[in-house]
Amino acid sequence: MNQAELHRKLIAAARRYPPSERVPLTFEKRILARIRACPMADHWALWSQALWRAAAPCVAIMLLLGAWGWLTPAAAPPANDLSQVAQGSTAVFPEPPAGAPPATNLSQELENTMLAAAETEQSLDLSR
Amino acid sequence: MERTDTDLIAAVLGGDTASFEPLVAKYSPRLFATARRYARRESEVEDIVQEIWVKAFQKLRSFRREAPFEHWLMRLAVHTCYDFLRAHQRRREAPFSDLFQPEEDWLERFVSQPSAAAEDAEAARQLVGRVLEQLSPSARLVITLLEIEERSVKEIAGLTGWSVPLVKVRAFRARAEMRKVLARMTTEKYL
Repeated sequence: MNQAELHRKLIAAARRYPPSERVPLTFEKRILARIRACPMADHWALWSQALWRAAAPCVAIMLLLGAWGWLTPAAAPPANDLSQVAQGSTAVFPEPPAGAPPATNLSQELENTMLAAAETEQSLDLSR
Repeated sequence: MERTDTDLIAAVLGGDTASFEPLVAKYSPRLFATARRYARRESEVEDIVQEIWVKAFQKLRSFRREAPFEHWLMRLAVHTCYDFLRAHQRRREAPFSDLFQPEEDWLERFVSQPSAAAEDAEAARQLVGRVLEQLSPSARLVITLLEIEERSVKEIAGLTGWSVPLVKVRAFRARAEMRKVLARMTTEKYL
């Protein structure tokens, strides 16, 4: 059987009979009634509604976090908190070697500590 | 003076829902013809057209007026019909044993003498309907738009939202699928 010819004939038959354009009676009225039942989606209204709904939980979370921060006692500073050392403690950092400029801030304190060993060696060499 | 589509759409967007009625009256015949290509039962056809209009009303704000309203509406119609086909995929590989007598006679005539089987016979139209029902939704859509409605690939791309190469690939596959269905039909009947 010639299938290409069968295909052509069937498609030609489909083309020859376009479907009817008949519209059922009072179809427009039915559509309008259905449309009135489900109004047009207003994106702005949907967004504002969603934002208003989200506002209450956000405020609640904010208040909870605020209360938590207010009521929890301040924790002890961690051992490696250099800012505490800079305020006067010498437990971690040794005294600067003699002759070194006095530390004025944290960065200078750190620099003194790092160079302390080298400066000590250098002063010993000079004394020999 | 008759109001243009643009005037009516502007009125609907302004809150005058009644202005939608002339649009429904004007374009419904075309939508019914389109829906009847994909659905057999009249109740299904009505449901499809109703869904198209409800979607059109709800998405009217997204109509940019760059193209005529009819083009935008037809794109919506094709999408809705494609969704319908996907949702109502009938059992594929259904047997062709339940052909009606006129369809069987037409096929017999074609087998014995192809020129004797007239293209304008109602039986041929019924038969093509059965063959199209056996195709996958995308194949059916492409065959309908490309071969039956004789639209260009570019037009189909515009209607479906697919790219031009994708339409070409789907058209190639759809023709192969249709050949397979026809081969199965003739094998079942005559072997």
